[in-house]
Amino acid sequence: MLDSNKDALKLEAMKRIVAMIARGKNASDLFPAVVKNVACKNIEVKKLVYVYLVRYAEEQQDLALLSISTFQRGLKDPNQLIRASALRVLSSIRVTIIVPIMMLAIKEAASDMSPYVRKTAAHAIPKLYSLDPEQKDQLIEVIEKLLADKTTLVAGSVVMAFEEVCPERIDLIHKNYRKLCNLLIDVEEWGQVVIINMLTRYARTQFLNPNINEGGGGDKTFYCSDEDEDEDEEKEKQPYVMDPDHRLLLRNTKPLLQSRNAAVVMAVAQLYFHLAPKAEVGVIAKALVRLLRKICQFISIILNNFLFRLLQGMFEPYLKSFYIRSTDPTQIKILKLEVLTNLANETNISTILREFQTYIKSMDKDFVAATIQAIGRCATNIGEVRDTCLNGLVQLLSNRDELVVAESVVVIKKLLQMQPEKHSDIIKHMAKLTDNIQVPMARASILWLIGEYCEHVPKIAPDVLRKMAKSFTNEEDIVKLQIINLAAKLYLTNSKQTKLLTQYVLNLAKYDQNYDIRDRARFIRQLIVPTEKSGALSKYAKKLFLALKPAPVLESPFKDRDHFQLGSLSHLLNAKAGGYQELPDWPESAPDPSVRNVEVKESVRAVGTVTYRDTGAPRAQQTEGSRGCSFPRAVEQSSEDDRKRDRKIKEQKSNSESESDEDSESESSQSESSDTESEVEVKKKKKVRHPDVSFQTIAPSSALKNYELLHRITGEGLSVEYCFSRQAFSPDANMVAVQMHFTNNATSDTKNLHIEDVKLQSGMRVKEFAEIELLPAGEATTAVMGVDFCDSTQAANFQLCTHTRKFFVSIQPPVGELMRPVFLTENEFKKEQSQLMGMNEISENLTLDAKCRNEHAIVQRVTTAANLSRVPCGSDKECRFAGKTVTSGSLVLATVATKDEGAAQLTVNCEKMVIGTMLVKDLLLALTQ
Amino acid sequence: MIHSLFLVNASGDIFLEKHWKSVVSRSVCDYFFEAQERATEPENVPPVISTPHHYLISVLRHRIYFVAVIQSEVPPLFVIEFLHRVVDTFQDYFGVCTEAAIKDNVVVVYELLEEMLDNGFPLATESNILKELIKPPTILRTMVNTITGSTNVGEQLPTGQLSVVPWRRTGVKYTNNEAYFDVVEEIDAIIDKSGSTITAEIQGVIDACVKLTGMPDLTLSFMNPRLLDDVSFHPCVRFKRWEAERILSFIPPDGNFRLLSYHVSSQNLVAIPVYVKHNITFREGSSQGRFDLTLGPKQTMGKAVEAVLVSSQLPRGVLNANLNPSQGTYTFDPVTKLLTWDVGKINPQKLPSLKGTMSLQAGASKPDENPTINIQLKIQQMAISGLKVNRLDMYGEKYKPFKGIKYMTKAGKSVSSYLFEFLFI
Repeated sequence: MLDSNKDALKLEAMKRIVAMIARGKNASDLFPAVVKNVACKNIEVKKLVYVYLVRYAEEQQDLALLSISTFQRGLKDPNQLIRASALRVLSSIRVTIIVPIMMLAIKEAASDMSPYVRKTAAHAIPKLYSLDPEQKDQLIEVIEKLLADKTTLVAGSVVMAFEEVCPERIDLIHKNYRKLCNLLIDVEEWGQVVIINMLTRYARTQFLNPNINEGGGGDKTFYCSDEDEDEDEEKEKQPYVMDPDHRLLLRNTKPLLQSRNAAVVMAVAQLYFHLAPKAEVGVIAKALVRLLRKICQFISIILNNFLFRLLQGMFEPYLKSFYIRSTDPTQIKILKLEVLTNLANETNISTILREFQTYIKSMDKDFVAATIQAIGRCATNIGEVRDTCLNGLVQLLSNRDELVVAESVVVIKKLLQMQPEKHSDIIKHMAKLTDNIQVPMARASILWLIGEYCEHVPKIAPDVLRKMAKSFTNEEDIVKLQIINLAAKLYLTNSKQTKLLTQYVLNLAKYDQNYDIRDRARFIRQLIVPTEKSGALSKYAKKLFLALKPAPVLESPFKDRDHFQLGSLSHLLNAKAGGYQELPDWPESAPDPSVRNVEVKESVRAVGTVTYRDTGAPRAQQTEGSRGCSFPRAVEQSSEDDRKRDRKIKEQKSNSESESDEDSESESSQSESSDTESEVEVKKKKKVRHPDVSFQTIAPSSALKNYELLHRITGEGLSVEYCFSRQAFSPDANMVAVQMHFTNNATSDTKNLHIEDVKLQSGMRVKEFAEIELLPAGEATTAVMGVDFCDSTQAANFQLCTHTRKFFVSIQPPVGELMRPVFLTENEFKKEQSQLMGMNEISENLTLDAKCRNEHAIVQRVTTAANLSRVPCGSDKECRFAGKTVTSGSLVLATVATKDEGAAQLTVNCEKMVIGTMLVKDLLLALTQ
Repeated sequence: MIHSLFLVNASGDIFLEKHWKSVVSRSVCDYFFEAQERATEPENVPPVISTPHHYLISVLRHRIYFVAVIQSEVPPLFVIEFLHRVVDTFQDYFGVCTEAAIKDNVVVVYELLEEMLDNGFPLATESNILKELIKPPTILRTMVNTITGSTNVGEQLPTGQLSVVPWRRTGVKYTNNEAYFDVVEEIDAIIDKSGSTITAEIQGVIDACVKLTGMPDLTLSFMNPRLLDDVSFHPCVRFKRWEAERILSFIPPDGNFRLLSYHVSSQNLVAIPVYVKHNITFREGSSQGRFDLTLGPKQTMGKAVEAVLVSSQLPRGVLNANLNPSQGTYTFDPVTKLLTWDVGKINPQKLPSLKGTMSLQAGASKPDENPTINIQLKIQQMAISGLKVNRLDMYGEKYKPFKGIKYMTKAGKSVSSYLFEFLFI
């Protein structure tokens, strides 16, 4: 059929062949017939031929070469899909002769216009590398080139190639570090995992340990090797400052904790665990508990187990998530038990034990045994409940199920070893049990206990030995050994009563079938029964047998996994898997951070190209200004972002229609131009931004205007300035935060700075700042007070007192500071505006100041004058702002509609007409001057 | 990364294999079969098996084991998550993911696997893109294809790969523009013998079916977003908007997708919608036991509790049960000792009950295990946590879409406890 002219027949034939391959049947005989069809026009036939080729090319190298020319032609095809798939198949054919052709193809594809083809090129790199490792140097060049790529599509794949080909060339990452951090959120999920894992390693080599100051503390430094510790102490004196790039990484990965993909969540969790300061690791708890609820329960529990122990406190609130359901498979039950045991501490132990009690009644016997062991572990770890546990376990001894009893005996034995003096009655009780219990391990344990503590139960012990001697021949080996031990110990402590019994037991053992038992008997006989030859040793027999034995430590089987990178396969298996990259130790001193600096233009572009998830955000991340312009910023206003996105989407449509690559190129050039715009914006913004505005501030950034409260001449050397910090005043949301800046210019210290005698209009309130006890000469300090102005511009009058003088001062707020920004959508804005018409609407016509004719300047001026936030708006002729008054929460809406030649209309809608009128005045002033 | 994939059915036959790098012999699966034999229950097969040269990572879905073979270090969750994604894609394409369905569509399956992984690294996993590359089989298309000999494979470029929104294809057109959202909540609770709740949690998801033309930009807001304690999103949701305003803002994928899954904080008291009165006793020395169970609705805000199914694992000593249900039907399996009672809808006026006797093994002592009771139920038109969608707005397109929202409360995976447990599924 393959030779037929009809595509349908060919297709049918290929389908059958593929079905054969799928079932694992050998179809290699058909190779020559199939290869012919590689040039077939029909796309589906072609695809299936590709599937076939990739599967069998390795076996029939010579024939496979016939198809190469088709792929080479395919690489030049105008359709990017065909180019990509040709490259994919070409690189998947594992034939060594074509290595040079592949190399050429990859190089070409790496500079292809279509990101999809570039992605395929990135995928092809590890394929070629595995075929011929000698090409490594050339491949690294290609990787370097692709790493500089700015599309999210490529990023994940190229990092994957990097990890497979040259994970040691960490220097390639430097220049791209910030870009990768910023793109991360938009990369597809699988790429995110790879990138995060790679960045974890990178960060460990490039940044300092954030926990360095706690290094010497109780928690044994998991991070630093011993040599580091000496270093740590020296460093402790200088406070640790986190590299801003380190912070950037932590901040950009945090939202990914909410990814739907478990692998991404796990990757972020391990990143936080390995890189974040101790105080911040807590954020991962919630996400990890979520993982547990998902289908991949089993693995996540194992992986996290180590974490659970280490970060006990973090998971305590989620304790109940680990309660066991009767429907869980046994494996998971046992793992959950493990977690519960790890989480147990003094406060929650009673709940946990109560929960354990119910588990004992379960029908699943393996699980019951595991529960009893868990109780034992809890009892060892937490001294307070040891007695309770012991009593509980003793009660279990009367259980009808033998397995339960046996398991409890074993656990009790371990517990008793810790403090045998107090519990001789328990030992007696257990001695009685020897008649009933048949499980060998339990019997052995009881005998050992009695032997060990025979001094505490002098009467019972010989009796037990007598019974045991009677049944010696029928016992299991392990029990026999313990009987011999018991006999020896008793002989040493109480030889009068037990001499004959011991002899008898030893004689029985002498003729036992098991050589271990015979050996033991012989050895003990020599040791304890004094003869002429062995005199020297038998002196020490008592010391040998009744030496104080250290109590066993009940340990979790999941200990000692901590040296593997969390969440990796090696960590799960607790063995090094092939290709596992060790997580390096923190460096002792930070490598030069400037290697990550890139020229401004590039970094800004990187942000501009793709930040889907940042768009629509009221404010994309702002970073600390300290790094200067090298830092990528996404500070465009949201509405502009929206528009930009719309534009892109439109382009996208046209793209798909014309299906040519020129479009995609023009797209990128367009977005470049829009990026240059944004770059200009960034620069403008930067001029205005106050250096102190931290990145948490949501308020539109603008220069904070300082007002004078007390001049230094009137204040006799003390000068006070105040400004409205525009941040929420946390003790009382209805207050405006006033930040005061005190400077002592006098020669003597000022003491006891505080506020007295506040005179206010009715309704107004003041929250004073805490008294400043000492302001030394020449020093300055700041304090924040809150004032509830009751939505009026009335001044707040009060006395500012020092230890010597009182000054009458007053704070009068400009109307723009009496509000706080709210975020509205365009529709909400319109709806609210329509409800505030008539008397509540004030509008003014104005002529804009010559410097203030573009949208940006308007936004700046308005947000400087009043604490309002920008509302996204469809038309670029209008700027809209919204806010709420601080006390009453009435909406304040402002609109600036620009017309030709600087004419504009300002509209303010506000329920409080007084505020509205005053705001109009202020805004008019701001816009016209 | 992922080297090969084997699909193994319940009887232990490999019915499909796919290799992305050089061929790995299927004998590698012997290690898997060994582990499978050792495990008592199908779920107990360890998900990661280490063999001398390879590692096998397996997932059990729809009674098919998906066994991935890997050779070097890779995060295990990465592989597991990917395997689940493969199953979801199959389900999306064929409606069901059974051995028969996969065998019937083996060519499509092969094409899908080829597109999803390249050299073992995931390439395209968004179903919107895949559907553009490979058209899902429908009866109509199969017929047309056989007649005309046309193909299943999209001849055009997967444009989605290049757009800013990789999960949505371009050029979507519908005559009826609709967007439906299903808020489905599951309660997991453990209740002890006396009826007090040990733990109770609510897990919820919002599944969406969006059929809108063009590139709509949707925002969904809640009346009480504070209820949501822990959320995870579809990649289309903008994090920043959620963090700042608690609004879900997104450009939706085309078709069905899970927008959000959430967990309602356990601080809020969870109202369990039903209560159970039970009396199960065994008398010492006698071979009879009494069984008495009554169900009743509680705090359902007038909504009917439907599809109630009670199941209980009775102790091993019970030989048979002779019971009398006031409504519905019950079955008792003497081999597994599983009692199931299909109650149906609970009528608050006439509470359903199940009464009768159990016969025990003669001479056996009174069983000391406590049977657990699992309950499954469904309540339409109500989200038990009280979550309410406030409004849905659309930007970016001109038409008015039809919007619908549905609430439902369901069973969780489990509720279990001390003496009695309630399982809501």
